[in-house]
Amino acid sequence: MIYKFDAVIVGAGGAGLRAALEIPEGYTCAVLTKVYPTRSHTGTAQGGVCAALGNEEEDSWEYHFFDTVKGSDFLGDQDAIEIMCYDAIRAIIELEHMGMPFSRNEKGLIAQRPFGGHTKPKDPNNPFGERVPVKRACFSADRTGHVMLQTLYENCIKRGVQFFPEFFVTDLIVQDNIVRGVVAIEIATGEIHIFHAKTVMFATGGYGRVYRITSNAVVGTGDGFAIAYRRGIPLEDMEFVQFHPTGLWRLGILVSEAARGEGGVLRNKLGERFMEKYAPTIKDLAPRDVISRAMYTEIREGRGIQGPDGTYYLLLDLTHLGPEIINKKLPEITGFARIYLGVDPLKEPIPVQPTTHYAMGGIPTNVDAEVVIDDKGTKVEGFYAAGEVACVSVHGANRLGTNSLLDIIVFGRRGGKKMAEYIKEHDFPPLPKDADEWTRKTVERILNSNGKERVSRIRKELQEIMMDNVSVFRTGEGIKKAIEKIKELKERYQEIKIDDKGKKFNTDLIEAIELGNLLDTAESIAYSALNRTESRGAHYREDYPKRDDQNWLKHTLIYKNEDKEPIIKYKPVVITKIQPMERKY
Amino acid sequence: MKVTLRIFRFNPETDSEPYYKDYEIEADPKDRVIDVLHYIKNEIDGTLTFRRSCLHGICGSDGMRINGKNMLACSILLQDLGYSDANKTYKKPIVIEPLPGMPIIKDLVTDFTDFWKKYEAVKPYLITKSPPPERERLQSPEDVELIMEASKCILCACCTTSCPSTWSNEDYLGPAALLKAYRFIFDSRDEATDERLDIIDTPNGIWRCHTIFHCVQACPKEINITWHISKLKQKLVEREI
Repeated sequence: MIYKFDAVIVGAGGAGLRAALEIPEGYTCAVLTKVYPTRSHTGTAQGGVCAALGNEEEDSWEYHFFDTVKGSDFLGDQDAIEIMCYDAIRAIIELEHMGMPFSRNEKGLIAQRPFGGHTKPKDPNNPFGERVPVKRACFSADRTGHVMLQTLYENCIKRGVQFFPEFFVTDLIVQDNIVRGVVAIEIATGEIHIFHAKTVMFATGGYGRVYRITSNAVVGTGDGFAIAYRRGIPLEDMEFVQFHPTGLWRLGILVSEAARGEGGVLRNKLGERFMEKYAPTIKDLAPRDVISRAMYTEIREGRGIQGPDGTYYLLLDLTHLGPEIINKKLPEITGFARIYLGVDPLKEPIPVQPTTHYAMGGIPTNVDAEVVIDDKGTKVEGFYAAGEVACVSVHGANRLGTNSLLDIIVFGRRGGKKMAEYIKEHDFPPLPKDADEWTRKTVERILNSNGKERVSRIRKELQEIMMDNVSVFRTGEGIKKAIEKIKELKERYQEIKIDDKGKKFNTDLIEAIELGNLLDTAESIAYSALNRTESRGAHYREDYPKRDDQNWLKHTLIYKNEDKEPIIKYKPVVITKIQPMERKY
Repeated sequence: MKVTLRIFRFNPETDSEPYYKDYEIEADPKDRVIDVLHYIKNEIDGTLTFRRSCLHGICGSDGMRINGKNMLACSILLQDLGYSDANKTYKKPIVIEPLPGMPIIKDLVTDFTDFWKKYEAVKPYLITKSPPPERERLQSPEDVELIMEASKCILCACCTTSCPSTWSNEDYLGPAALLKAYRFIFDSRDEATDERLDIIDTPNGIWRCHTIFHCVQACPKEINITWHISKLKQKLVEREI
């Protein structure tokens, strides 16, 4: 059937829910999600959301701004970062007023703790001198994302926001650079629906499942990236993929940076606190790209610990923290270690390895979450993106911990406000003929295909090749290998066969469509990574180990080009207050 | 080790009745139940249908009945179900069924409509009447401690669907919704206590709880739900007096 809504928001994580709260009464808004809203991946964020509240010690949003710019390896757009860091304080207070249950300090204020890359000058009179960790991350034990998601969902219930749970969006309806809606499969019935809309926001989250080891949910299949990319919208800075240093060994499940914020340290086979070598000033609280590289280096140089299956890990040592901190402030992650690895963090260190965690790149937007498709700021009318799927860019080449939960509430809100303006001023653009054609044909092809390839096999091979060649350390040669493999897998994808041919709740079919999204997303990551011949933030090229501001202080924009090689263009980085400098910790 | 999974199957498009199907597979004692379900779906039978997402017990998607108990398939290892010897062939199957007392959509996927309706019935959001201060509302660590355990709830429905009172009266609010009511009634910032107590002080409200403790056993987040419900009962009794 054809639904009609002023605003359609795809994804019910933090960004989508926060945006929905901005759609005014008298206008219609639908939030579509392929799971139930409370299952969204925002809920797995653990350690905190930062704002320079100064509840524990002196802090300022300008310090936060400096840290985020430096953390981004100077690729973040400083106008957007300034907005985010300045607005952080209001945004956190707003969440508190909405009912979010924060941990508190003795004064009754929102409690704050240190987090990787968040610092302040040791001497306030010397703002560019030596920096020391600062307590800036607001938290709720180690369930910050969980309670944030719950709180935002609760407020949507209060507002009567209309949800379409288990509606899987497959396509964006866009013509003449004007967005007209989306196409979705209602999972329970298998029906294909058109959502005719004045405005569409993608808040669809990340793509961690492109990789074998990831902290991301199984549903993190890059749907929003792939749909936009297929519809001619570029993706920005896709080469920047964050690997979180402390995933549970082999499983990739996130062990929050808060563990190190509370005093935990990383150790190698010899028991050495190896981060002292790589980041002498802030050590285990260095940003994630720095620590993940250090861990890979330790393993390469023979100081990793080999497990029975031949893979390597390092140790996250919390044993000196004591039961008070572990049980009160880190209960969730200690539970994971106990359940999944049989390790009691009170008594023994936790085996960890870097895990694919976050997409710095995504659908390019301006500071109001409006999608822009080139270096001139040309908008796609009525199209918005926020959260992990978007690239504002506030994270540049490397995101700091706790800045993602902040990103979603700041830019989700800004996008929602812009949508509210747009729907007041515009009528519904006409729907093109056969708006759901791509989806119908794709579903038909997959259901009727009698090839010999299994979805799970192709997915696994993709995840392996990306993990081996396009992760923490990269070379041109390795990335080319991955690109060849992706091409092969795309061909084989045309020959898949699924077992479930039914209509109702056909997750076999959904997974097959998701695989197509994974393949397109992987293509954009690999080509962008091959193209950038320098090392910056999370993108480390062994064949080009230096940052090269002369040639590469610019954003990548990658455009899909039918079945040929993608086209790459660029746009400049917005630099306002801080000139690029050497990045060391 | 070799284990058999005996899985509840029902496809509304082809089956008039549900049935159980056995899958004999090679598994590791350290595999999660969700891992072996994925293995079956990926390698043997793509029609097997279940919900899952985060795979580490925070999204609440994969609540199901495993060997007769409600739990999350991602938060239980085979060895913790007693299948711990890597060299053994286990005769006793691992029985996997959907959460009980909910309409079945397909295989292990159940209809949550009623569950969410009850969740919404308790007004699951902070209600304040006084204007908000410029900064945060103050709460002591002790104030927060009162609601921390309740706010761990992931809405997986393991508790509500394990509760005999829910089975015998489908209109009973059930433990998950009552826990949500607690989370706001005991939030020092909330200003709608009376209104909230009225909602649970009804024939199908809190007094249907007969302190059977099934919910506590079923909760994958180890929330002592019955304790929270008893605090609510106490609050209601105090209000009467």
